Amino acid sequence: MSLDFNSPEFEVIRDEKKCIQCQVCVRQCSNKVHLYDEEDNVVRADDIKCVNCHRCVVLCPTKALVMKKYPLEFKENANWTAAALKEIYKQSQTGGVLLSSMGNPKPFPIYWDKMLLNASQVTNPSIDPLREPMETKVMIGRKPEKLEFDAKGKLVTNVPPQVELSIPIMFSAMSYGSISRNAHESLARAATELGICYNTGEGGLNRDFYKYGKNTIVQVASGRFGVHKEYLNAGAAIEIKIGQGAKPGIGGHLPGKKVGEDVSATRMIPVGSDAISPAPHHDIYSIEDLRQLIFSLKEVTDYKKPVFVKIAAVHNSAAIASGIVRAGADAIVIDGFRGGTGAAPTRVRDNVGIPIELALAAIDQRLREEEIRNEVSLIIAGSIRNSADIVKAVALGADAVYIGSAAVIALGCHLCRSCSTGKCNWGIATQEPELVKRLNPDIMYRRLVNLVSAWNHEIQELLGGMGINAIDSLRGNRLMLRGIDLNEKELEILGIKYAGE
Amino acid sequence: MLKEGELRIPSGCAISGIIDKEGKRFNGDEIIKSIALMHDRSNGLGGGFAAYGIYPQYKDFYALHIFYDNLSIKMKTEDFISKHFDIESAGNIPTKSVPGVRNKPLIWRYFVHPRNYMVKEGFVDEAEFTSRYVIKINTEYKGAYVFSSGKNMGTFKGVGYPEDIGKFFMLNTYEGYMWTAHGRFPTNTPGWWGGAHPFTMLDWSVIHNGEISSYDANRRFVEMYGYKCTLQTDTEVITYLFDMLVRKHNVPMEKAIKVVAAPLWDDIERESKEVQNELKSIRSVYASALINGPFSIILGFEKGMIALNDRIKLRSLIAAEKGSRTYVASEESAIRIICDNPHKIWSPQGGEPVIALLEGEQK
Repeated sequence: MSLDFNSPEFEVIRDEKKCIQCQVCVRQCSNKVHLYDEEDNVVRADDIKCVNCHRCVVLCPTKALVMKKYPLEFKENANWTAAALKEIYKQSQTGGVLLSSMGNPKPFPIYWDKMLLNASQVTNPSIDPLREPMETKVMIGRKPEKLEFDAKGKLVTNVPPQVELSIPIMFSAMSYGSISRNAHESLARAATELGICYNTGEGGLNRDFYKYGKNTIVQVASGRFGVHKEYLNAGAAIEIKIGQGAKPGIGGHLPGKKVGEDVSATRMIPVGSDAISPAPHHDIYSIEDLRQLIFSLKEVTDYKKPVFVKIAAVHNSAAIASGIVRAGADAIVIDGFRGGTGAAPTRVRDNVGIPIELALAAIDQRLREEEIRNEVSLIIAGSIRNSADIVKAVALGADAVYIGSAAVIALGCHLCRSCSTGKCNWGIATQEPELVKRLNPDIMYRRLVNLVSAWNHEIQELLGGMGINAIDSLRGNRLMLRGIDLNEKELEILGIKYAGE
Repeated sequence: MLKEGELRIPSGCAISGIIDKEGKRFNGDEIIKSIALMHDRSNGLGGGFAAYGIYPQYKDFYALHIFYDNLSIKMKTEDFISKHFDIESAGNIPTKSVPGVRNKPLIWRYFVHPRNYMVKEGFVDEAEFTSRYVIKINTEYKGAYVFSSGKNMGTFKGVGYPEDIGKFFMLNTYEGYMWTAHGRFPTNTPGWWGGAHPFTMLDWSVIHNGEISSYDANRRFVEMYGYKCTLQTDTEVITYLFDMLVRKHNVPMEKAIKVVAAPLWDDIERESKEVQNELKSIRSVYASALINGPFSIILGFEKGMIALNDRIKLRSLIAAEKGSRTYVASEESAIRIICDNPHKIWSPQGGEPVIALLEGEQK
């Protein structure tokens, strides 16, 4: 075997004066970075194994640990960066495709940060959400073109099924398998308490979680893992996953070592077998096939569940979205290129897809031009980082958002982006019982409730400031946005004016 | 400086309305007196009136009131009108010189009927045909602006204080069963006559006090259905919302009110299952037609008038009744000055409409 050219990413710095050799770090690190040297009574570190997840930092009772970027420098080169070199070292050593976890980390523009919100001054009053009603409830589902009433003024139209969300936020699809049972339970319980929904992802739904069905979106993806009649009827809505923002155009892969007894039963696959989702649905090779799947799912659920269709934000999203509406979907989910993932080929994650802000603006506008925007709900995903991002998304035209990365961060994720190793020290992206039990759903679901409640307060404050007391009146209300540091074309696509205009 | 329609101008206002529910007609003196009392709520940059029942001799014709910037656009527009409509009568609207009313455009009036064969060819009804061509003139004929297009009703408006505009148009010479008036306090306006209120579409007229914060959500919603918001004013979009809901979608007026001033979700939860289902359906399907932010509006149409506040009452609105008449205004004093001892006077709750219709008409 040739030399290993890889160098550590991080340096573990231990303050020897503070360290009491308690070895918490040794026991906590699933990557085996820390080693206790009995002879010298010191704890040492193997830097190269460190993924910088901060588990040991947080748990160290004397706060003796700090991780720093490994100080080793390469000779400066603007083209051949250290990252570029390291990737080549890795690939030339293994012959493999580079894998990454979580969303695109590259310095592409973040349009949320280039849009500013309005507030009322003098000509109309701002509204104080602590004193006045402030509504953030949304109804997700298909809407008829109009309502009809009989001669006596009684409603005759039957509105198709809707999912009621008390706050326009849902937890993104993360399968049981890619994340742990305890993480799933935390999401399900938080969604139930908040009056929102979480999403099963493509891994099926564990029997024990059927009781959270009213707050569950059940996903149907290309692998059809865990999909059966009871499953489809267990949730509040069904989501057909065509694509994912982190890896548009490709399928998924859950390594066999993550498929234990429970995951196996839930996914309906043998223990230890790789769960491979094909890149396309093999019964959907075009839009008319999508229509058939939508209606098969509606048939099996007696037309009582809305069917969402999720696609990745790609160049032609607007036209695709229009097709999806016409194919009969009740809601469209668009996932931007910053959306998280348990594992994706690095090249796909970092180079395929477009920013969610631009995709959302283009789709909302296109559906309006085709006079069909009001018929469906538009849900976006792909790196919503805070409540202001949500408010801006709604102003651009979204009905609701999915949060995935933010939700796992609330559960302790430190974005070390090593989910694919299955050794998540926080008990989130792992199936190892010793690690899973570190995440206590009784405590962790509260953090999710706290996060979403806090964001809801902030959304209400921002709405009130704009003189709006129902989020409905913000949807597509692009006059509430102004651009900063954007060019003409960007403003045109976003459909907003420049600050000062 | 940009003209109204090329930018959005916030403005505050005064509003007043009178209807005689028995249909007895009276001249414009009273409404002028009422709106004049609220002089300080306007700033001289816009005033206007809508009068219903004023053209009984032409009641079957659409009365188009048009502002022209110059003669050449007038000729072009008339050419267009005569291609699509039979013109029963045409002439300029009589005015008299009043200090404080300046820069008047050419102001013309036409009583017209859509050409039958064109209506048939277009597979639409007369009302839809007329509204489409009014929108066409207003969007495509720069310098021409149709500011009134209903039957047996008319709008009179301009740049100035409303009482001066009323005298300018000699409203004491018209008799109608219903009058509404508007005094405007725009924060910034180049003073364009078309930008004054009321805003009308067919026999709908809307006068409005407030600045709605849902404007762009409402605008982008109605624009999906063939409307074009050329003025970027609240009244324009409110008019289109009602026109769409009531005329195009046949939503009963009382339900249309639930659309624009929707009951709160918490209140809906307390209703019976049936009412809940209806209100939830209304809020789901017409979520983008909810009007948000402070407003008080008076909506005039053939059958009568409806006054409405936003659902948390962020603008003043008072109503009164005496005999066969109903009065509404921004201030109580504006009612009392023309109506001694009303037998009932009240301040309507947020979202609770005052509906005053001609006798025999249904909500």
